[in-house]
Amino acid sequence: MFKFLRRKSAADTSSADGLAQRLSASQDNLGRQLKQLLHAAERIDDELLEDLETVLLGADLGIATSERIMQALQQAIASKLITRADEVLPAIQAELFDIIEPCEQYLELAGHKPFVILVVGVNGAGKTTTIGKLARRLKDEGLQVMLAAGDTFRAAAVEQLQAWGERNQVPVIAQQTGADPAAVIFDAMQSAKARNIDVLIADTAGRLHTQDNLMAELQKVRRVIQRQDDSAPHEVMLVVDASTGQNALNQAQQFNDAVQLTGITITKLDGTARGGVLFAIANQLKTPIRFVGVGEKAEDLRVFDATSFIDAILPLG
Amino acid sequence: MFENLSDRLNATLQKLRGQTRLSEDNIRETLREVRVALLEADVALPVVKDFISAIRERAVGQEIHASLQPGQALVKLVHQQLVALMGEQVAPLDLQARPPVTVLVAGLQGAGKTTSVGKLARYLREREKKRVLVTSCDIYRPAAMEQLRLLAAQVGADYFDGQAIGKPQQIAEQAQAHARQQHFDVLLVDTAGRLHIDADMMDEVKAIHRAIGPHETLFVVDAMTGQDAANTARAFNEALPLTGVVLTKADGDARGGAALSVRAITGKPIKFIGMGEKTDAMEPFHPDRLASRILGMGDVLSLVEEVERKVDRKQAEQLARKVQSGRKFTLEDFRQQLLQMENMGGMASLMDKLPGMGQLPEAVRKQAAAGSDSKRMIAIINSMTRQERHFPDIIRGSRKRRIAAGSGTQVQDINRLIKQYAQMQKMFRKMGGGGMAKMMKKMQGRLPKGMLPPGM
Repeated sequence: MFKFLRRKSAADTSSADGLAQRLSASQDNLGRQLKQLLHAAERIDDELLEDLETVLLGADLGIATSERIMQALQQAIASKLITRADEVLPAIQAELFDIIEPCEQYLELAGHKPFVILVVGVNGAGKTTTIGKLARRLKDEGLQVMLAAGDTFRAAAVEQLQAWGERNQVPVIAQQTGADPAAVIFDAMQSAKARNIDVLIADTAGRLHTQDNLMAELQKVRRVIQRQDDSAPHEVMLVVDASTGQNALNQAQQFNDAVQLTGITITKLDGTARGGVLFAIANQLKTPIRFVGVGEKAEDLRVFDATSFIDAILPLG
Repeated sequence: MFENLSDRLNATLQKLRGQTRLSEDNIRETLREVRVALLEADVALPVVKDFISAIRERAVGQEIHASLQPGQALVKLVHQQLVALMGEQVAPLDLQARPPVTVLVAGLQGAGKTTSVGKLARYLREREKKRVLVTSCDIYRPAAMEQLRLLAAQVGADYFDGQAIGKPQQIAEQAQAHARQQHFDVLLVDTAGRLHIDADMMDEVKAIHRAIGPHETLFVVDAMTGQDAANTARAFNEALPLTGVVLTKADGDARGGAALSVRAITGKPIKFIGMGEKTDAMEPFHPDRLASRILGMGDVLSLVEEVERKVDRKQAEQLARKVQSGRKFTLEDFRQQLLQMENMGGMASLMDKLPGMGQLPEAVRKQAAAGSDSKRMIAIINSMTRQERHFPDIIRGSRKRRIAAGSGTQVQDINRLIKQYAQMQKMFRKMGGGGMAKMMKKMQGRLPKGMLPPGM
């Protein structure tokens, strides 16, 4: 039991190149741009460095992270570790790896029953879809899964989660739209205990992190869960859309301040967006990254793996 | 939105002080900062490049007008360029066509299409007095159709149910036929979210477009989008003859570079901007005002309009007359004012739109907004007798305790309110007889020179 999340499952190990394939559709990715730039450069000069920084910023990496990479590069150049333009790319890749590798932490489900996952994020990030896919994966691992329809605000959000529940034959605890989300999740906690459920995944309404009243509502949900089980929620997962720009950093900070994030899942990586802002989040907040979503199907939710993520974003080959 | 962009610009422009002519050399550093600021604000790389070179071209060699600081001259240029890029005019939804005027809505997953359709339906019904039919071609996302059906019911629009039809193109066609037969003014067609690189799905939306020939085709984009906005906007613009853009989730703290990117790449105007959770939180987009807002000039015009729409004009005039005649400003008047302020979304929303607020630290703004707490003050005044409202001097110890108990507050809160009221009364006394104009002038004097939008 619980084996799927402790190590990469077969699907994930074989997908090291699979992820790269899923992400290769872009004609304009970071790796390609950097290669073009470095190929055209005859020597390393200020102009090249400025262009490099621009490309990094253009990949949603953000100022602080880009500056960190540029500083590392400049140090390496100053100490003659890098003398040729073709040595620059591996150096950037290594720096990116250093930034994001500490965030490669699989979600440990052992030790709590029910293991409570609270899923939060801004509107349209893909929370409900991620929950649907996650429920399917956990169920395939032989776990008893239950969903709580905590998005009582958006029209038909409850129905959307129920549809996922039916599809995966997983029970969904719900009340009518407009109900208190904390009450729904309270019910779900009790029901999960009574029914010997392994994992309870609680959906919440999308909310912009700047809406203080809605963030307070989320804090209440967290308190209510905690009252039922001191150690819960065992995972507070922020779902972030890969196409989000620097605002994702604000999202991570604000949600973390409100409900203490323990993990991040990035969705919609199958588009042309590369989720470069993940590096900004990793650099500044070091929140563990749990999953990446690369498609519509249940198996398109992959465990996050730093090596294949960087391979996909900045292939050396 | 855009706060940091204006802050950053302000900081770099300081360095230009004392120059008499803009040259390639003395603007290089500033332009570099502008470029970084735009990238940090999520404006797409190709758009940034064009923008910077356009400014460089216009700036170099320009004499600086005697009354302007060089920094201000450059700000003016950046502002002009922003306005040129965003367009000067409001681009309204074009409803001048034979009804049913069909509007097709497309975009990525989670951009906010369905919510926008609901808000748009309400906007068209309430402000344009149109009979609106909505339908959803989203046969993929669980409960997507149900979501639109519920939204339609909430905003009083009719919903055409395509569940049984099951094919996106047919749903759109049949909804259009239905709208024609039933003499609807406008038909809004929602579609499934799709990735721009998903060829099958892009073909599907093209087929829907061909089948119904919409008068307006709107691309919905999330204001928080990063560099990818360029890719998606280009792809949707190539696939569909877009007529406009809806910018969603713009009420957060995203810097909104996506708005610039999408506008620059598609050349299509942003027509609407989604500003909140509620179904009335959608406004026509004013590009010129946004340009001002980017530069920290504040969205004064939006504020004026909002005040006009939400403030009860009669009551406001009554108060103004009262003030001018120098008559006493009572707690009852104070209560009316508080109520009006609440109507406009409270202090925080007002402050957001005022120029110069960007320079105040976030914490100060939050505190000011929280401190005003007009709901509580209204409750306190509600707990007073008529006599107390008109002659507050009689409010002493035991009355204060009664009012506090009645409004669920503390005696200190009553004291604070009375103190605030006294201050306002003093201010109003001064303003009696043309003092208002003087006060406005004073306020303007405090703003940095050159930061006032033209015409103010």
